[in-house]
Amino acid sequence: MPHSFDPHARVEDLLARVADGDRDAFTGVYDALSGSVMGLVCRIVRDVAQAEEVTQEVMIEIWRTADRYRPERGTAKAWVLTVAHRRAVDRVRSAQAGTEREQRTGVLAPERPFDEVAEIVQDHDEQRRLHRCLTALARQERVPLMLAYYQGLTYLEVADALSTPEGTVKSRMRAGLRRLRACLEADA
Amino acid sequence: MTPEEDPHRAIGAYVLYALPPAEEHAFENHLAGCDPCHREVVDLLETAARLGAAVRSVPVSPQARARTLQAVAHTRQDRPPHRPRAPGRRALRLALAASIVAAAVLGGVAVRQHVEADDARARAVRAEQQARTAGAAITEVLTAPDATVHTGELTGGTTAAVVVSLDQARAVFAAYGLPALTGGKVYELWYAAEAGDVRPAGLVAGSAPNGTHVLKGSPAAAVAVGVTVEPAGGSPQPTTEPLGIIPLKT
Repeated sequence: MPHSFDPHARVEDLLARVADGDRDAFTGVYDALSGSVMGLVCRIVRDVAQAEEVTQEVMIEIWRTADRYRPERGTAKAWVLTVAHRRAVDRVRSAQAGTEREQRTGVLAPERPFDEVAEIVQDHDEQRRLHRCLTALARQERVPLMLAYYQGLTYLEVADALSTPEGTVKSRMRAGLRRLRACLEADA
Repeated sequence: MTPEEDPHRAIGAYVLYALPPAEEHAFENHLAGCDPCHREVVDLLETAARLGAAVRSVPVSPQARARTLQAVAHTRQDRPPHRPRAPGRRALRLALAASIVAAAVLGGVAVRQHVEADDARARAVRAEQQARTAGAAITEVLTAPDATVHTGELTGGTTAAVVVSLDQARAVFAAYGLPALTGGKVYELWYAAEAGDVRPAGLVAGSAPNGTHVLKGSPAAAVAVGVTVEPAGGSPQPTTEPLGIIPLKT
């Protein structure tokens, strides 16, 4: 299929064209980011077939709402991954709605490793930096971040899983993210 | 949240999408009146996305790719391509019709102290997808880099706020303490233009008026947002005295 876009165009520029209804540009965005989206969604929903569905939902949402992307707020990839994270967590939560949900936190707590830093890939400099900064965080700040972000637990569920007061978990999530941000910036 | 708790503590959980829906809503209400929070949310969202970028990519199957591209060909975008705004329309001057009460500008949005059980139950039954979509639109406006916050007091001491993003051509209205209306009456929001023209900006259910609402239409030409009580279904023009107006000062 012939594409009218430059294969080396920045995703940010492609996304601006998607906002104007350019479907070829959307194909470019899709090819640039669908693998990252699928990777993140797979990690959260832990089921390939469901992850494929969620990835489709995410990419269609990107198509529909591309005009809401603001380059000054971050990269196109960060924006797309924020959408992907939310949709994946929505999927996990609706699948686990009701009584099962309670069971899930209980089951996950002892058997799943909290500390999934080892699962972070280190293929690129950027990923190595993140790995380093995560490792540098105190465990009590890192674990709530990991549980919330990669497993879609609410702070209440994290508190329950770690037997830590809810307010403390909230504070640690904020402190952990701020420290992570400071480390990433200092290290850049 | 307990009444004593510092609402800023929730920023991390909010960014991680780890607040239960009722608390997320309450936090977004707080965010509407908190510029420093707004900046922190934008910064930390970027940091959180780095966690997402660190996961190993998984290629999508060619079939799934074809399905998505096919679906997109038949999916309308949420809004038509950008319409250029005429220069000068943003020049806001407050020249409102004399019948409109001058609004007292307050320092911030009232933060709801706790979430009522009934309210939480009502939210739970709402279709999740629908709630998420509306929430996302609200978040988009509240976290827009150009978002400005305008507050005013309505009759009866209710504080209301309007958050405007001209870049996104959208605005969000937030109020707590509005009394519930009976007989199917609704709260209607209005955009007032400097020439005194008033156009409808959406309805708020009279039975459950409190919370955050995306206004209908663009705030681009508006100098104020007004609130009136109208019969069921709303009115094309206000039929009652405004409960108050919120000037959109720049």
